[in-house]
Amino acid sequence: MTYAAPGAPPGDLASTASGEPFSADSLSGGPATELARLASRVVTLCWVELRKIRHDRTELYTRAIQPALWLLIYGEVFTRVHAIPTPKGIPYLAYLAPGILAQSALFIAIFYGIQIIWERDAGVLTKLMVTPTPRSALITGKAFASGVRSLIQGIVIVIIAALLGVSLTANPLKLIGAALVLVLGSAFFACLSMTIAGLALARDRLMGIGQAITMPLFFSSSALYPAKIMPGWLQAISKVNPLSYEVEALRGLLIGTSTTLWLDTVVLVGATLAGITAASLLLPRLASR
Amino acid sequence: MYQFGTHVAVDSVNLAIARGEMFGLLGPNGAGKTTTIRMLTTLIKPAAGSVSVFGINVTARPMLVRRLIGYVPQALSADANLTGVENVELFARLFDVPRKSRKQRVDEALEAMGLTDAAARLAGTYSGGMIRRLELAQALINAPRLLVLDEPTVGLDPIARGVVWEYIARLREAHGMTVLMTTHYMDEADANCDRISLMHRGRIRATGSPADLKGTLGEGATLDDVFRHYTGDTLDKAPEEGGIRDVRRARRTARRLG
Repeated sequence: MTYAAPGAPPGDLASTASGEPFSADSLSGGPATELARLASRVVTLCWVELRKIRHDRTELYTRAIQPALWLLIYGEVFTRVHAIPTPKGIPYLAYLAPGILAQSALFIAIFYGIQIIWERDAGVLTKLMVTPTPRSALITGKAFASGVRSLIQGIVIVIIAALLGVSLTANPLKLIGAALVLVLGSAFFACLSMTIAGLALARDRLMGIGQAITMPLFFSSSALYPAKIMPGWLQAISKVNPLSYEVEALRGLLIGTSTTLWLDTVVLVGATLAGITAASLLLPRLASR
Repeated sequence: MYQFGTHVAVDSVNLAIARGEMFGLLGPNGAGKTTTIRMLTTLIKPAAGSVSVFGINVTARPMLVRRLIGYVPQALSADANLTGVENVELFARLFDVPRKSRKQRVDEALEAMGLTDAAARLAGTYSGGMIRRLELAQALINAPRLLVLDEPTVGLDPIARGVVWEYIARLREAHGMTVLMTTHYMDEADANCDRISLMHRGRIRATGSPADLKGTLGEGATLDDVFRHYTGDTLDKAPEEGGIRDVRRARRTARRLG
């Protein structure tokens, strides 16, 4: 059994093995190295998520039930009564589908704060934090892991929607765009959840908070109805709710409603960056309890 | 020095561990062992004083220090939803083991811990002793120069404890790595450590080889006697006065282990 050549940057372990002091910059690297490390950690944590989904697909199926009910019951009924004005006379079910897609990603992402507290309690988090992984890379990796799960769940929902007769775009570029929007949206809400985890610190508390915020986020977005039919105060909330931008971008890409795609993207990217920053800053606080 | 609110968990710890030795930090729950380890492993920053690993300041260069350390926390912490191989591969990736040699090194680490046959199974199906060995495989993938073990045998049955020690001894023989461990089992420290420090209420009370420490009390003395001599306390009594966090952690572990 040999562990001769360690994987990490050449020279650093060799230099200590011979008793020499470390050179000051043997591992600091430039911004390019930092970015490469960030990318590598994100890929690794997404890989872990894919392996877990492969081992146990139960959650994939059980989590498909609720969106299916929203589309099948709520969607069918409200399509029939024509109660909600849709742009260009698009059937309500088609209008609703991207909203339910975003909702499903939100519900998945909100779970990640609970997961990180569980990992803290189980000792997994401390072990991850003793690897050469910057706090921000750990958070970004987990955020995109939630994106991967949301994407796979999203494919299931798109199939259900298609079976119900919703005609979605077949343009591959738009589909890829929609996938990216879904991943970004999920990454942001995972960061929001991990930020709250860093403040709440206990799983039970976070479960309550998670329950308390998901429905208001959902109802104050344009997932179920256009913002213009909301009362003024709700419109104001909807304007600062990233879920609205996610839904509008998904709708624009998947069913061709008009939206300002660059604005949606800027809001989602900005919110995700802010979320990563906040959650990373709170991570040591979470881990040290 | 480290403080949780008004509770000073670690007050005065002045330790120098020699290269290649097996060093034990002994004391009851709440003595400050885990807090000391958390400072050493870059998880928390000391409020006063400094910590160095192989001459590198832990606060100034945490990323560098992490490349030198293999860490096994107190809780049994393998990911139950991944297989043995995947658990180790995760750490190979996090330590930037190149893709070319990754599979070979993962297999070697699992083999070294006697887990080759169970490698493809989910870690959730492992026994406590197997999970601990899997964690050792994870910690080894980086070829660490310092292996940090926080209560490595807590919650294991006597047979599993013996097996884990056997594997740790084999590793040291093969790689000559420095090992720092905490324990509250006096017999394990006595049998396995080159030197030990007795820790009590955030302070180091005595340091030396188990034989020397026992020798100061004369023929037939045990480490328990030594501990009582230096602290005026017994291990059974002390936990009641220990820090809340350490105790809470231990309880969590106990709960997880059923």
